Amino acid sequence: MDIFRSHVLVCGGTGCTSSGSQKVQEAFKKHLKEKGIENEVKVVQTGCHGLCELGPVIIVYPEGVFYSRVQEEDVEEIVSEHLLKGRIVKRLVYEESIDKDVIKSLDNVDFYKKQLRIALRNCGVIDPENIDEYIAMDGYKAIAKALTEMTPQQVIDEIKKSGLRGRGGAGFPTGVKWGFAAPNKSDKKYVVCNADEGDPGAFMDRSVLEGDPHAVLEAMAIAGYAIGSDQGFIYVRAEYPIAIKRLEIAIRQAREYGLLGDNILGTGFSFDIDLKMGAGAFVCGEETALLNSIEGQRGEPRPRPPFPANEGLWGKPTILNNVETLANICQIIRNGADWFAGIGTERSHGTKVFALGGKINNTGLVEVPMGTPLRDIIYEIGGGCPNGKAFKAVQTGGPSGGCIPAEHIDVPIEYDTLVQIGSMMGSGGMIVLDEDNCMVDIAKFFLQFTCDESCGKCAPCRIGTKRMLEMLEKITQGKGEEGDIERLEKLALNIKDSALCALGQTAPNPVLSTIRYFRDEYEAHIRDKKCPAGVCTALLEYVIDEDKCKGCGICARNCPADCISGKAKTPYVIDGDKCIKCGTCMEKCPFDAISKK
Amino acid sequence: MKTIQELEEIRKSTLERINIRKEREGTRVVVGMATCGISAGARPVLKALVEEVNKRALQGVIVSQTGCIGICEYEPIVEVYRPGEEKVTYIKMTPDKVVRVVTEHIVNGNVVTEYAIGSIDK
Repeated sequence: MDIFRSHVLVCGGTGCTSSGSQKVQEAFKKHLKEKGIENEVKVVQTGCHGLCELGPVIIVYPEGVFYSRVQEEDVEEIVSEHLLKGRIVKRLVYEESIDKDVIKSLDNVDFYKKQLRIALRNCGVIDPENIDEYIAMDGYKAIAKALTEMTPQQVIDEIKKSGLRGRGGAGFPTGVKWGFAAPNKSDKKYVVCNADEGDPGAFMDRSVLEGDPHAVLEAMAIAGYAIGSDQGFIYVRAEYPIAIKRLEIAIRQAREYGLLGDNILGTGFSFDIDLKMGAGAFVCGEETALLNSIEGQRGEPRPRPPFPANEGLWGKPTILNNVETLANICQIIRNGADWFAGIGTERSHGTKVFALGGKINNTGLVEVPMGTPLRDIIYEIGGGCPNGKAFKAVQTGGPSGGCIPAEHIDVPIEYDTLVQIGSMMGSGGMIVLDEDNCMVDIAKFFLQFTCDESCGKCAPCRIGTKRMLEMLEKITQGKGEEGDIERLEKLALNIKDSALCALGQTAPNPVLSTIRYFRDEYEAHIRDKKCPAGVCTALLEYVIDEDKCKGCGICARNCPADCISGKAKTPYVIDGDKCIKCGTCMEKCPFDAISKK
Repeated sequence: MKTIQELEEIRKSTLERINIRKEREGTRVVVGMATCGISAGARPVLKALVEEVNKRALQGVIVSQTGCIGICEYEPIVEVYRPGEEKVTYIKMTPDKVVRVVTEHIVNGNVVTEYAIGSIDK
């Protein structure tokens, strides 16, 4: 057995890989070999630690030093100074984790202090391509316990008791869903994992799949045992190549150990998993559209009832669960439902993983107990908005969700409180917006997305979202009319009531919630033809400040629309009617005399 | 196909190998690995120390390195911090001596005074 005195954990998640962590890994191997210590220091590729803003992330044990933004050129120094001589390279250490010369435990750093990593437990700790490391962290103990000590009904009861609710967005109680499928008599039943994760800016599921794929496999096997199924499918979006690769390796390793396939652990229970790749359609994250896609049909939703638990894949009883939901299952079985129910709030148990993005300092992945106030997530964990800008709102739930404005910053994050204030938890994407974001523009952005992704099957979504988008485009171009807000609201409520699936039913949410909290911005666009945040270009006026203008004529010479006029040494003037708002004049002015309002 | 027993064995042996990645309380053993230490022969001492700790599968023992402690004359130096006890500085260590320190001090709690820094005055 190789004896390693030090482990160097290199993050191999998609975020850090895009900033060069593969090269860093190669560099470590090279320099360790050069210094002759490759048998003493083990380089391990792990999943995501969550602090994606500071990637590539390296953690060196046993000291627990957290190096951030490590580039290929830095590796030689880390090897010769730290690994060879024990001198920590201070300039690369994540500054929050070092106090003079003392390395603080990561648990005490602001970013991690309020987090509770349950679904992300193994991410950043184990090598996801090594099944033995998963086993070392109590992996495959839960399925052993379920198969040898519990009946299928007891498994369902335990999950029900834990209060686990679906983490994909709808928040339906998982145990109840399994309970619907179990009693159905059928020759075949299916367990499906929804790994489509289509919300823009969301990467919670991706990190679990890349960092701890076995947790998902084991949970699906437990689900199969609970409902009486022997076949599982993981529907993973094709845009996640690293996740797909890790899943393929994990499935192969699990099969080699007999933990997937026939007669698992000698108990007579058989369960196998196959992968199915998505093909770029957001709507295929909707459960019935997903099932149609697996069957080889176009991704279009089905009316419900019948629900998948009764008639799902190929008409057989099927349960569909989100990746993050499944990531909690094994721990609930091992630690007990009461342990899980003791975390979070009364109606929302456990933790939730959020992907923090947008105008926030600490971009990355965070996992907090349900009920954590939004303020803690934005300021304490997220580090607030960069450049001293004022926090305006946070968009939760992606294109299906709504915005939470600054006045509700103390709202505890859980399923029901968010719905009450007009938003929803969704899958966990949190896009932070500051004073420079235009809320009408944001609503338009999300509606462009949903309109584009609409499958077209039902009229309310196909036609309704298009009409809403047209109205928003009119408004942002300065052609809004009195009554537009009321028309938008009426149409939105109609679509919510009549669309066939959740894509259509939730597409109006961003519009409704921005109108609710930022009606004044809509009114400014419509009545005053102004964009208060200075974003909607059509509503901006480029103006030359007379006092600053020296009459040099550079702007006029560069104007592609030929709309600036004036005489040498006198202030020039822009003709607003001809101006195409390209901004060239503002860029070229050497005296900073041109501004947009 | 693995049995539950075999899984348990994999769990135990792998855990020992990756246990290093948890931040934990326990005995810290620090080896001076600056230029002075390395030239005096600290690397074989470190290797022997690590091998002995692993051979005995000791839990709660963290081995790390440090830079120049200052008393270069006495390198290789190994410091042992046991929770609740005073730090003991061992000087002029060799691979054989460090094995004895592991057995007597780290495992059984008896400081090997003849190797410790206090002994040079006697």
